[in-house]
Amino acid sequence: MNTAATAAPSTETRAARAQGVAHGARVDAPRRIPLRRIIAVELRKSFDTRAGFWLLASIGIGALIATGLVIAFAPEAQLTYATFTLAIGYPMSVILPIIAVLSVTSEWTQRSGLTTFTLVPNRGRVVLAKAVGMLLVAVAAMVVAFPLGALGNMVGTAVHGTPAVWDQDLPDVLYFALANALLTMVGFMLGVLIRASAGAIVAYFVYGFVAPTLLTFLAMSQEWFRDAQPWVDPNYSQDALFRGGFGPEQWAQLGLTSVVWLLVPLVVGVVSLLRSEVK
Amino acid sequence: MITVERLTKSYGSMTAVDDVSFTAAPGRVTGFLGPNGAGKSTTMRMMVGLTRPTSGTASVLGRRFADLPNPGREVGVLLDASAQHAGRTGREILALTQQLMGLPDRRVGEMLDLVSLTEGEADRRVRDYSLGMRQRLGIAAALIGDPQVLILDEPANGLDPAGIRWMRDLLRGYADGGGTVLLSSHLLHEIEVIADDLVVIGHGRVVAQGAKSDLLATAGTLVAVRDGAPLVAALAAGGLTCSHHDWGRTPAGVVTIRVDAEPEVVGRLAHHSGVALVELRAAEGAGLEEMFLELTATTQREGAVA
Repeated sequence: MNTAATAAPSTETRAARAQGVAHGARVDAPRRIPLRRIIAVELRKSFDTRAGFWLLASIGIGALIATGLVIAFAPEAQLTYATFTLAIGYPMSVILPIIAVLSVTSEWTQRSGLTTFTLVPNRGRVVLAKAVGMLLVAVAAMVVAFPLGALGNMVGTAVHGTPAVWDQDLPDVLYFALANALLTMVGFMLGVLIRASAGAIVAYFVYGFVAPTLLTFLAMSQEWFRDAQPWVDPNYSQDALFRGGFGPEQWAQLGLTSVVWLLVPLVVGVVSLLRSEVK
Repeated sequence: MITVERLTKSYGSMTAVDDVSFTAAPGRVTGFLGPNGAGKSTTMRMMVGLTRPTSGTASVLGRRFADLPNPGREVGVLLDASAQHAGRTGREILALTQQLMGLPDRRVGEMLDLVSLTEGEADRRVRDYSLGMRQRLGIAAALIGDPQVLILDEPANGLDPAGIRWMRDLLRGYADGGGTVLLSSHLLHEIEVIADDLVVIGHGRVVAQGAKSDLLATAGTLVAVRDGAPLVAALAAGGLTCSHHDWGRTPAGVVTIRVDAEPEVVGRLAHHSGVALVELRAAEGAGLEEMFLELTATTQREGAVA
């Protein structure tokens, strides 16, 4: 090896390489990259850019602002734990899906997929790692939301001099977690399906904000749609999750809309992603 | 060791890569040469599994690339130095690679040293990198896993002359240490100085391959004259085949003809037929250059070079 002339030498490695290559045998035969490590790296990639960092930070900032707003403006009668967690959950339900969209689309929009899918050619593992990573972020967001909501409730009621109302129990937390996880996966699905940041984010806003408004108007004017909406509109049941208290019918509605609007497009997107050409 | 067997990629009716086969051997630098759009990048993407071949196979170290357990530890790949998230720092990109491959943290610093990126440069975001710095970063990422095989697509693009020299020495040393290097280029001279073996591709097909020394040692003679017709007639009468071509640097009114014969034979024929020669020389490497120019000329968008 005579690369020594080329740059500041790091003799140790170069000697090791020369030896390893010359002997044609590796000291340590490479082992399959564990999924845990891919998840860790994919999570790191979601937050190691300025955009990623501020998206993450804005979850915390949004939660603090929401808490402050509830304390400042909510009527005393509504100053309960549930009001706080619902208010904190709202900005989260906007930002988490965007983080999930970008975790997938940036590989195409920024073209970093060339590296990603060369280092892990099994694209299914990368997609799985990203999905698990995003679910972990959604769980972490919950861990922020509930203690912060509790803190807000204590401070808020102390400020207003009213008794604190603790109207959230474990099932409510789980409903909330499921709602956030589903929304995050909707963002993920749109990312996988569209694979371009701008398009996928626009699609998410149409899904999350434009469509519900239009469908609400439709339900107001059309009787038949009012009855059908819970069965066809995924937002309807996802929204209801934040308030909890599902019976069998609501679960069936949530299940049906999730299969049709989340699972099926996700499968279509993943199959297409696995077969597509990465340029 | 890289083995490519009958790789073909069609997009609809367009065949981008057509039945390409070659091997890149350990201890040698294999140059993958072809004009822009000849199918080099598509072939390389198929080797590493980014593009599905229509037919054919590629293997690295005896396995399909996708079957390598931790590909970065065995094969260093640089396909496009600009294909990085613009918002990450150079150091972060290396750190992600190092973490994914399961390497010790110190490798990041070692690689930055190896490719001569300073601490300050490493902490800048890639959007602020010049193409040359991106190439260095890409080389660092390709080498970080200490692989036995390197696959590099146009790695010299954007490097200054000193950088090209550095890259050449680096790859030479790597191959001399037993590594396999496959690098592509659309510049004949760039690849001539570093490659041991050449694979020349045009319109998706391999048009020549072999050891550089064999390919450059094409027999034949270049002969330049003011008026080509009498000489061509004399050569034909002498049973020799010849072809016109224009190197783009012959003075006005002079034609250069390539003849499949020794210079002495051509000289004697010219003498007998009374043709005055402007130039007579052995066509060393000219066969390859001529072929390459023809390939380039037919893919030039503005029309023929000549």
